Formats: sequence, structure tokens, C-alpha cells
Amino acid sequence: MGQFIGKAVKRREDARFLKGAGTYTDDIKLPQMAHTAFVRSPYAHAKVIDIRIKKAQEADGVIAVYTGNDGCGEYGVPCGWQVDFKNGDTMREPMHPLLVKNKVKHVGEAVAIVVANTLAQARDAAELVEVDYEEMEAVTCPKKAMDEGAPIVHDDWPDNASFDWCIGNDRTAVEEALANAHHVTEIKYRNQRVAPNAMEPRSYIADYNVNDDKWTLYTSTQNPHLIRLLLCAFVLGIPEHKVRVVSKDVGGGFGSKIYHYTEEALLTWISKEIGRPVKWTSDRSEAFLTDAQGRDHMVESKMGFDKDGNIVAHLTDEYCAMGAYLSTFAPAVPTYLHGTLFQGVYTTPLIHLNVVAPFTHTVAVDAYRGAGRPEATYLLERIISKAAKEMDMDPAALRLKNFIPPFDGVNEPGYQTQVALQYDSGNYHATLKRGLEMVGYEDFRKKQEDARKSGKLLGIGISTYIEGCGIAPSAVVGALGARAGLYEVGQVRVQPTGKVSVFTGSHSHGQGHETVFAQFVADKLGIPMDDVIIEHGDTDQVAFGMGTYGSRSLSVGGSAIIKSIEKILEKGAKIAAHKLEAAEKDLEYAEGKWTVKGTDKSISFGDVSLTAYVPHDYPEGLEPGLDFSSFYDPSNFTYPFGTHIAVVEVDAETGKVDLQRFIACDDVGNVMNPMIVDGQIHGGVAQGIGQALLEEVIFDNTGQMISGSYMDYALPRADDLPMIETDRTVTPCPHNPLGVKGAGEAGAIGSTPAVVNAVVDALAHLGVTDIQMPLTPQRVWRAMQQ
Amino acid sequence: MIPSKFDYIKVSSLNEAIELLDKHGYDAKILSGGHSLIPTMKLRLNSPELLIDISSVPELNSITLEGDEIVIGANCTHHAILSSEIVNAHINLLAQTAKCIGDIQVRNRGTIGGSLAHADPSADYPATVLACDATIVVQGKQGERSIVASEFFQGIFTTAIENDEIITSVRFPKVANGNYQKFYQSASRFAVVGVAVVKEENKVKVGITGVSDTPYRATAVENAYDGTATAASHAVDGIDVMSDHFADVNYRSHLAKVYVKKALEA
Repeated sequence: MGQFIGKAVKRREDARFLKGAGTYTDDIKLPQMAHTAFVRSPYAHAKVIDIRIKKAQEADGVIAVYTGNDGCGEYGVPCGWQVDFKNGDTMREPMHPLLVKNKVKHVGEAVAIVVANTLAQARDAAELVEVDYEEMEAVTCPKKAMDEGAPIVHDDWPDNASFDWCIGNDRTAVEEALANAHHVTEIKYRNQRVAPNAMEPRSYIADYNVNDDKWTLYTSTQNPHLIRLLLCAFVLGIPEHKVRVVSKDVGGGFGSKIYHYTEEALLTWISKEIGRPVKWTSDRSEAFLTDAQGRDHMVESKMGFDKDGNIVAHLTDEYCAMGAYLSTFAPAVPTYLHGTLFQGVYTTPLIHLNVVAPFTHTVAVDAYRGAGRPEATYLLERIISKAAKEMDMDPAALRLKNFIPPFDGVNEPGYQTQVALQYDSGNYHATLKRGLEMVGYEDFRKKQEDARKSGKLLGIGISTYIEGCGIAPSAVVGALGARAGLYEVGQVRVQPTGKVSVFTGSHSHGQGHETVFAQFVADKLGIPMDDVIIEHGDTDQVAFGMGTYGSRSLSVGGSAIIKSIEKILEKGAKIAAHKLEAAEKDLEYAEGKWTVKGTDKSISFGDVSLTAYVPHDYPEGLEPGLDFSSFYDPSNFTYPFGTHIAVVEVDAETGKVDLQRFIACDDVGNVMNPMIVDGQIHGGVAQGIGQALLEEVIFDNTGQMISGSYMDYALPRADDLPMIETDRTVTPCPHNPLGVKGAGEAGAIGSTPAVVNAVVDALAHLGVTDIQMPLTPQRVWRAMQQ
Repeated sequence: MIPSKFDYIKVSSLNEAIELLDKHGYDAKILSGGHSLIPTMKLRLNSPELLIDISSVPELNSITLEGDEIVIGANCTHHAILSSEIVNAHINLLAQTAKCIGDIQVRNRGTIGGSLAHADPSADYPATVLACDATIVVQGKQGERSIVASEFFQGIFTTAIENDEIITSVRFPKVANGNYQKFYQSASRFAVVGVAVVKEENKVKVGITGVSDTPYRATAVENAYDGTATAASHAVDGIDVMSDHFADVNYRSHLAKVYVKKALEA
């Protein structure tokens, strides 16, 4: 620990965020900036017969109207991850056009864009674009998409499969073990589609400068460098060194701003066509129709137990929607980010997961807070609670019985799972025991029994999750189909006055990097936090970066910065030794100065910094300057884990769920800033509760989204949530320098099944065994009637 | 989220508003709090050519006691109503109802006149207006007329107001014993079921919103009322019950009975 590490330092970025003084992309107004409005398909599946743009072209203030026939980005937007069929056939990867020419494949797909002097003019003119469609039958359910005779999304292939995939042990062995099991629990459900709903909608400004032949793209993205790479190398074929991508303040992402979207590329293309900067900002209605969404798995699963309650095998079949096109990381989500977590925290000896990933006539599905791990956790934690009920065992006891024993990854080796990964360190018993203590488990069971006698429906639900963060190393993920590396870049530039600028390839879109990164940099250098500034989100400032997702910023991005700090201190020691006329080995560094051991001779970090830039009296042969950049490619994922417990009361008359308590005891490794970790947990838990109780993207049978506004899509509000009670255990990550594991997604991963388990527990004595999410009052009431 | 072009006139008198409404007919819309109208305009579901802003017409802003009647000006916000001493003293039921509407921002902007004129089938006021036998006072080219609540609501977003008329006030009788019970839709927080009950000696008056495309007086409940809550089982007798993904016909009918029961027992 140091002066700042582990302290609840208040977030320095909040000074601007809380005052409404952040600079989001839509706040940027460039001279001569043009505005745009899209003409989007009202149909989920339709042939485009004719597009008439003449009236729009002639409308007030219109600069240009473009359609798919104007030659914008002929290659379309690529996918960043390739998962081939089990039989070796290549993944089916449809061309994802910037504007559709022939056939629209989901509601909201763009067929034309109007560019005008003002936004109002663009909107007015967009209404004058006439499009003739021939509507066709659509399919939105991933399972039905694989039915014989289902409407085909992409005519290039005979069916809707993009790929299929499996992981784990041999299927036959798993089936045999299930056949011989003492007890088999089955579960069947849909992990429903949800919409990410970042507070800031997507927004882009492209600015081509003809004099410099350079582009600047301001974009609300989670990873500016990756956007630049995809945009330049794959979509538009423009030179990467002449493109600057800026994404400074970004108002939330939850995954949905990782991906390279068609609008980003189209605006970049248009800016050069018209020779002016051009802006598009999504409105909320467009966000529902075009932001990549989450989940959408149809699941059938069986878990077998021996007579003592030990898990003997687990077999699962899933249909996981891709949507109409493959979004940047979509194929990785139901596969390598999902199947690899099927071990959970249990010693299950035989596991098999089979995934079919179909196209559907819907907007794309991709990573949404947790990305595949919430879906894995939901399955494991629901099925084990269901099994406990069936076997008349306590759900906590059944978990404890099947837990992987504690291991620290240093003295005891990591845990090799049946599904490819090796866990770094874990102590699953500790968080469950603490969680049970926090909730007062024994007392609650008594209270529950009494309540039932008076007709009150109380329930408790447990979820003991594990997840994988900071997906790595690059060579491994490359072998699994990633088309990018998954390292991070951290540059530490010490200025002549000893002030420190850190350039990170991680990207903050609300997480608090400007504070947390400054905390450990200041501690490691022994200087005040005020002397450290964190820069991110500009490809002209930051050498390179892979951005932020998968809870990777601190464990991967932070580690890259640590590597650079080590280089700074190593070089600084050489300069200090020279100035102090001592040997390097005789120096020690603490509290911002090098001291000759056992003496009071010392030189400060600031003096060494100045010497590095004014190298008059300087070590021979040593380069001037104090500025290092490092790439850090982790040796493994990190594996946070924890226990979430929900307590609910169900209204017997209406089925409405009152979530009375929520306990989260998480282990995210070492903690840099407990306040920020708590905030991340709170936010994630709120989103997980949202999925459990409220949120669902619903399509009608023609493929129309009937939950496309906040009138019909229910996000959790403050009064839907109880106070979230948090605590932690600390099991450091053994393979990164800060010992951190990541906290961004844990809340969303652990919470959902805890809530559903609690509701099912409340109604168990009525014979309720499953309820489909979200647990709306209507669904709960219906379950009670059956 | 940008509406089509429209003109905007802020009037300072009722007559000016009526003149404009008469002149522009269906192309004009009255703007008060704007909480229903503006969103539909931004989505371009509604594109009036002229908005006539009546928010500064002074005579529409008052809450007064006139004999046995509480007179609420059409421009009174939900907040003004729920915090009014007169309302709380003489018709607490109306304050309870206003408290259930939207959130603080909505209650600070939305008005009773706007809500009633819009006639959303899931709005809260209609149940209470019906249960109280309130009178909606409108003024138009032909002068002023009063419409009794039972004749005011004619269907989904449809009322007895003529196109050149503006709601000026709503007149409520004093209600000593009434209550409003609401089961809200989790996304919009509109009523899936909203039940207003006015209890008088040996009888009740029950208004229900959210259940049918037109809010209604639950006469079957009123007729069956025997001093207990058992009459609640008649909540949807003869009613064409709405269905959506939050509540199908069965569930909504069940909720109506549960909420009538709650209101009768309260």
C-alpha cells in the first residue's frame, strides 16, 4: 500500500461530469459542420425496389443525399473474430454495407443518408426520400431461425447458421455420465435480449482536411485505435497515419461502443466527399434500433449429480443470436467468453456445451456488460439452485460441497478447467460464507417459514459466480479466432519539471481511470497525485491501444503503465547515481527521491527529471529524456469471483417482486480505490437486476421492435432497487504487477441469477420451479396460477 | 428527435387562443405543459402547423373553492394540485391521484387540462374525475359549456371537446372519503390499472383507468356494493379489456379486481 493505493480518493473527472461540463462528441461544434439524418428501414426483412431522392436533394439546406449506389465503403464493416464451424467450414461472414442497396435485414438498417446545413433541414429532407420495399417474412428467434423453412437472412447461404461450435469434454462421455447420474436437473429458457442504453447515445463527427489530406474522427467509442485500424485497413482503405480518432469524454458504453459501426465509416467517407466536417448523433429511438444488443440465447441444459450431491456432468445446447450481421466481437461472445466459464466455481468433471449461432432479422448482438459470462453464470447458478430444490438440499450447502478448493496461484497451482482455461487464484468458500453471514441466512430461513404461514411470500437467492477478465494473451486469443491482439500500451512521460503525463491505450467512458491510474502512478513514483495526469482517447496522443472492455483496464492497461514506471525508475537511478557520485546498487528509491543507503545524501525525482532534459552533468552514453512506452501482454485472464444474494418478497395478489435486500460480496483481487470498485459493483448489480426483473427487447412476428422506447423498455430506476450491501474478500491476481482482477462487469454477472433464484425460492412451495426473465409481475403471477 | 416546422404563438388571453383555434382548425394544437404533445411531435407522430401556448393565460392557473365545488384551472400543474391546501382539505383523493403521475419533472410541468384533453387511456386523472362526477368546463367560439365526466371520455385519445374548444377548468365536488390505487407499468409508469373510489353513505362510486381504451365508471361494482370489498369481482363486467406485453386480458382483469378491492378496503 502507499499513500493513494487502496484509498477512496474522490474522482477528479467528476468535477466536470457533475457540472455538466464534460465534452462529449455531440458537444463539439466545428466551423462549417454539416448535419445528417438517416433514412432507415421500417421493415425487418424487405427487398429494396426503388429509392427516390430527388425531392430530398432539392430541399432547403441539403448538401447531398447518398444511397448504397454511391460507392461508399464497398467492403462493408468487418467482424473482428472468426469462429469456424465444427466441421472446419469457414464462418459465414456476410458483407455489412454502410448503406443497403438490395435487401434490408433488420428494422432500422440505413438505406440513405441526407446531409444538410442544419439538423432540422436534414430531418425534414429525410422524410422526402421515398423508398419502395417489398416486405418479406422475418425471423427474430435464434432457435426458430434454424427451423426448416425459416426465412433466410442472407441469400448467400442455404440456412441461417453463421457457425456452430462446441467446447469441453466429449459429448458422448457427458451424455453417458448423465444417463448414469443419480439425479439429473433440466432447465430450458431464453436468456432474453436486452438493450445496453448508455446514457450518451452514439455520436460521430468526421472532419476531412483537404489541405493536409488528413481525417479527424471524433467518436463515442471505447477503443479509438481499433476503430482507426478497422476504418482504414478494412472499410475505406484510407491511410492510417493520416487519420486521427478522438474519443475523449464518452458517456457509458457497457460494450455497445466497442464496435466499429457503419455510421462511423460512412461519415468519414462523406466528409471527404463534401469537403466539410459532418456530424451524426443517434437519438434514443435510433439507439434502440441500431446499437448492438446483448444476450439472446435459447438454452437447454442438464446437470447430473451423484447420490451425495456431487456434480458429475453438465450438458448444454444453445442457440445464440448474432442478429442480421456479425458485429465486431459477436462470434466471441457466446463461445470463448461464454463456454470457457462453464466450469463456474465447481469441480464438475465432465462438461459439454454446443452452440449454434444463427443470423436473425434483428440488430446485431454483441458484448454487453459481462459478454457471455452473465449468460454462463445465469445458467450455472439457476440450474444448481434448481437442483438443490429437487434434491431437497440447501442451495448454499450444495454449492459449498461442489466448490473448487481455495488456491492462491502461487503456492498452489492455478485450477485447470474442463473448458480450456486455467483459473489464476480463488477462494470461493470465503465469499459465500461472508455473503451468508451478511444476509443472516439461518435467521432468514426461519423468518421465511413464519412468513409463509401468514401467506407472505419471502425468498432468498444465491449466486456464486466466477468470470474471466482481461482476455489474453494475444497468441492464445489469436489461435481462438481473434483478429486483434489483446495487450495494452502505457506510456509514462516525465516532463522536465518532474510532472508526469501518462498516455494509456485504455479508455475511460465513466470508469474513473483519470483518478485510479493517477493513484498508483503517484504511489509508485512517490509524488503527489496532482503531479500526474492521465491522457486517453486520442490516437495522436496515445501511441496505440486496445481500448476498454472485458474489465481489462487496470489489469492490462495498468500493468503496461507499471512496466513504463519501472523503466523510468531504472533510468532515473542511473542519473541519480551520477549526480550523487554513488553506485546505482547503493541507492534506494522512496518518497520521490533516491538516497544513498545509510546516508542523508539524496536527489529528488524532480531534480533527476530536470537533469534528464538538461543533461549537462550527465552519465556518459546515456540518452537524455525520461519517457518510456511499454506494451503489456498478460500471460492469462484474471478471474474475479464472488457471492451475490437477493432477498425478495412477492406480492401474492399481483406477482410484483419487491427486492428487499441485495448483498454483493465480491473478490476482484487487490483494490486500488474502494469507492470506485463499489460504484462499479453497484452499477453492474443494477443492470443485472434490470435484466432479471424489467428489461427485454421484444419483437413482434414481423420483426418490429415493440419495446423501442422508454415507454415500453423498462430500465431499473432508483426506487426499483434496494440499498446494495457490499463487502469484499481479497485474493490477489498472481500474474500481474498490481495483483488486480477487474471489477467492471462482476456486478452484472453475479446479480441476475441471485434475483431469479430468490423469486423462485419465494414461490417454491407453490410448485414454481422456473420463471422466464424478465420476472414481470404478469409472468410471476402466471407462474403462481399454474 | 426534431419536430417538423411549426409556428408558435404564446397567447395572454383565452379569447385570443379561441380565435386562433377557430381560425386554424385541425392544424393548430393547444400547448400547455407539453408533456404528451411535444414527445409525439419530436417523433413526428404529430405535426401541427401551429402551437398555441396557453401557459400564460392567468385565469387558467387558479385553484379556488366556489361554494361546495373545488375549481381547478386547466393550467394547474400536477404539483400545484397535489400541494394545494384547498385540494388537500376538500378532495384529498385528487391530491393522491396527482401524486401518482410521472415523476417530479412531469408533475412540475404537466397540467390537468392537458392530461384530460389528451385522454390517454392509461392516464391517472380520468379515474378520479369519473368517480367524483366532476365537470369539465370548456370554452369555444359558441361560449362556455360544461361536460359531465361520464360523457367526456369517448375513446382512446378521444373526448367530447369540440375542435374550437379549450378546457378552462375542472369542477370537483367535495370528497370526504376517497382514495386512488394504482398499479403502474414498469417502463412508462402509466397506470396498468388505476382505481379511484369515492365512498359515500352506503354507496361507492368507482372510476377505472388503464383497463379499457376508455376510462369507465365501474357501475357493476357500484351496484353490487354491500359495504364489503366483495363487489370488486365485478370490476371488468361488460368491459372490453386492453392487452399489451405488460398485461394481457386475463392479468389486467385480475389486477382490476385486486385494485378495486384495495381501493374499497382502503
